Amino acid sequence: MIRSDLLDEIAQLTSEHFVLVLVSMGIAAAIAIPLGVLLTRRPVLRGPLLGFANVVQTIPSLALFGFLIPIPFIGGIGKRTAIVALVFYALLPILRNTLVGILGVDAAVRESAVAMGMTGRQLLWQVEMPLAARTILAGVRVATVTTIGTATIAAAIGGGGLGVFIFRGIASVDTVQILAGAIPAALLALISDGGLGWIERRFSAA
Amino acid sequence: MPNSGPALEFRQVSVRIGGRLILDNLSFTVEHGQTLTLLGRSGAGKTTALRMINALLLPTEGEVLVEGRSTTAWDLIQLRRGMGYVIQEVGLFPHFTIAENVGLVPRLEGWPEERIAQRTEDLLRQVGLDPDEFEQRYPRQLSGGQRQRVGVARALAADPRFLLLDEPFGALDPVNRLELQDQFLALRDRLGKTSVFVTHDVREAMRVGTHIALLDRGHLEILTTREQFLRSDGPEARAFLAALDQGAAINSAGLL
Repeated sequence: MIRSDLLDEIAQLTSEHFVLVLVSMGIAAAIAIPLGVLLTRRPVLRGPLLGFANVVQTIPSLALFGFLIPIPFIGGIGKRTAIVALVFYALLPILRNTLVGILGVDAAVRESAVAMGMTGRQLLWQVEMPLAARTILAGVRVATVTTIGTATIAAAIGGGGLGVFIFRGIASVDTVQILAGAIPAALLALISDGGLGWIERRFSAA
Repeated sequence: MPNSGPALEFRQVSVRIGGRLILDNLSFTVEHGQTLTLLGRSGAGKTTALRMINALLLPTEGEVLVEGRSTTAWDLIQLRRGMGYVIQEVGLFPHFTIAENVGLVPRLEGWPEERIAQRTEDLLRQVGLDPDEFEQRYPRQLSGGQRQRVGVARALAADPRFLLLDEPFGALDPVNRLELQDQFLALRDRLGKTSVFVTHDVREAMRVGTHIALLDRGHLEILTTREQFLRSDGPEARAFLAALDQGAAINSAGLL
């Protein structure tokens, strides 16, 4: 038996969830892609930065949300803290794929570009980024799908989203509530995966 | 900007990479319009020497002068845009069409689009490719020989004063190689480019070079005209001339 107020709440929490993921991914990409480019130019930074991103990934998500609560500015209760935590998680796949994608550009292509007198900026925008786009997008896709799942935990620190249903369902042993959170989250993940995968394939010219 | 001095000059150039001496006190000059072939075995330092000219590498000691100015004093972008560069792996941009690949340097130089299109068509014809058939294709749709023709067209596109070629035809079948060598010679004679051509094939060196520099483990063994090279008697030169003799029975008609 599904009541219409439940459907309304599903719609509202799904869009809240979506916005949470969208904002987190936007910020993560804006940090990780330039950082990945920087790592291709500064090999000494690769170890420390990839190491940091790796360590962040190993922290259990519930614990990371918890750690952030007492931290000033980025912490506290609510959406902002949730977004900070989600951004941390999304960094590694995007960072790693940006690095791999750019380093994967054929050495002969890069050498030709430099030898023909391309500036560093032209090399990046006309050669490296277009050729790495597919790999970078694959990183964004992986990060998005995991973030959609992880974002359900945001509800634990008052971040809202579909996790609200899941936590409520667990507390009240109500399977309908749990499914009301889990099914839209799963659908969201599948749709994002399909959509981003489609965009990725459109970059197959190379 | 031709000047009265040599087009290229190596002055006591040494290169050390990771503690290993790759070029040892190399000195030579190339005059305007000459084609110098850098001949030598693998690991002799030919490619390293070539890469010093467009400053992909800088000397550890000594200096490389291009039109009288050290490569360290040149604006690198300006230096490189005056030098066509052809390598064995070709290095066409896989995400650019053939026309976009050929028009790359003119576009970087800000030529108007009609002039780029005209130039691209002309060049494709000059290297034996029909523009209508090839312009809109991508590099992966071409054979190795066709790709290298595009590579040569791309190197010539902005009418550079120099051509640098690193075993450009090394990966091609013998028929294509011969055809491309002929085209290179015809283009060079018509355009009067100063060229440096790296090869380990003594027959190719004799065919395309006006002058031959023989490198052996980073040393310059000899630099002579190709006629004199046939009479040189250093051990490394003799080793290469022996390889030439072997092929002479089949392929000497055009040489002497």
